[in-house]
Amino acid sequence: MLYTGLARHSGMHMTEAILEVTRLAKMYDQALAVDAISFSVHRGEIVGLLGPNGAGKTTTLNMLLGVLEPTAGTIRIAGFDVHKERSRALARTNFAAIYAQVPGNLTVFQNLYIFGLLYGVADLRARMPGLLHEFELDAFRNTKCGLLSSGEQTRVHLAKATMNRPRLLLLDEPTASLDPSAARIIREKIRSFATDDGMGVLWTSHNMHEVEAVCDRVLFLSHGKVLLAGDPRTLPQAHGKQNLEELFITVAREPLSLELE
Amino acid sequence: MDPRRIYAIFLRQMFLLRHNWTRFSNIFVWIILDVVMWGFITKYLNDVGNAAFNFVPMFLGALILWNFLIRVQQGIMLGFFEDVWSRNFINLFASPLTIGEYIVGLILTCIATSVLGLAAMFILASAAFGFVLFQFGTLLVPFIAILFVFGLALGVFTAGIVLRLGPAAEWIAWPLPFFLQPFAGVFYPVALLPGALEVIARLVPPSYVFEGMRSFLFFGAVSAPSLWIGFCLSVFYLILAYLFFTSIYRHAVRKGRLVRFSAEE
Repeated sequence: MLYTGLARHSGMHMTEAILEVTRLAKMYDQALAVDAISFSVHRGEIVGLLGPNGAGKTTTLNMLLGVLEPTAGTIRIAGFDVHKERSRALARTNFAAIYAQVPGNLTVFQNLYIFGLLYGVADLRARMPGLLHEFELDAFRNTKCGLLSSGEQTRVHLAKATMNRPRLLLLDEPTASLDPSAARIIREKIRSFATDDGMGVLWTSHNMHEVEAVCDRVLFLSHGKVLLAGDPRTLPQAHGKQNLEELFITVAREPLSLELE
Repeated sequence: MDPRRIYAIFLRQMFLLRHNWTRFSNIFVWIILDVVMWGFITKYLNDVGNAAFNFVPMFLGALILWNFLIRVQQGIMLGFFEDVWSRNFINLFASPLTIGEYIVGLILTCIATSVLGLAAMFILASAAFGFVLFQFGTLLVPFIAILFVFGLALGVFTAGIVLRLGPAAEWIAWPLPFFLQPFAGVFYPVALLPGALEVIARLVPPSYVFEGMRSFLFFGAVSAPSLWIGFCLSVFYLILAYLFFTSIYRHAVRKGRLVRFSAEE
């Protein structure tokens, strides 16, 4: 796969931190959903946020997006504190998630135009044809989003998520509802955003083959903590596992065995 | 505040209205039915009263102004409900949009829809029942201003209630103006109310409009200070409603209710 590890081998400097998360925590009543995690995502880097269901991935993403207030810790996107400089921080980010569909009663054009205004996209009207073409949505310009197939809807969500050329792109299982061919095209597109535009990408997925192919680095979450972090191609062997999927299963079933290593 | 983001909220609602006749007709259908029904009632009252008193300006005028208030409240509320129904909160509030911009966007939408509704009522009432729009002269300005600002306050307040209690609380939003109607003195003077209820009526801004309207029709004059009280009360309630909504929003962000809104926790 050509797109695999392009950033790693392109000599791109990944020094600038686009996302800096410091001791981030979220407590619901007495339950600790996220437990003082710290990590960063750099320019042009794709970081996989992995973990079993309930590990705290979506809670973390919601805090990064400013729709959930952390109990403690700080989040800085492109240098702006999400809590104190919310609009500035969020103007430099964007997201696509399977649970955050755009309104189905508006057309593709209407939805993208409205989100373009919300994200302050320059020369919006002039940019719209190019955006529709880039995501192969020209034919669906005037189709209501609720009438699109799941693959077409995913393309609309990705068009929305990248139209402001965000410094940080958050993706929550972006390929979950796609067939393998469509998923590969989407992965290639996202890889090119990171490589060509220098977007930092935080990506959650349960497809370990996909993560291995796309991500430069992974963070394994378990019970709200970052249990492991590293290169998805070397991390399994470092912990005596055959591959990333085997490591994932260990994280899900026996996290203590990894903590004690 | 960023005008482009405010425009985005307004434009979203206009797209919905422009391309859906069901939504668009909602602006007119109920108010037309109301004007027709009350138009005939006032004609009947004029007949049985042997034209000793013209009920058209009093009843039909009151009905039009009261319906305008309801239209304003529903204009805000329906705009908010569109985002409830399409589960659009995460998309909106994970963008740079601020809560103030969102509310102002809904207010702009509401101005467009309520003005259309008001115009339709005036045209129908004057064409079919001889209602004279400009008989109140410049008094229409304070009348409409008080009702508009109070309608906004009610709309923002009901949106806050639904944001706090979840989509199941939608039913509370619809009859809210009717809970206030007995105290607003729409069709009768508030002096008819028993003492304690009259005190409550003095706290309800529309009562100053309808009292003023009757005062003008009976005596040809309106107390300017009472209209100012009505307007200041409306502004006060709008500020309170805005603070209520923002505190509910912050609570929802803190407790995670915004991202799990449909769970109705």
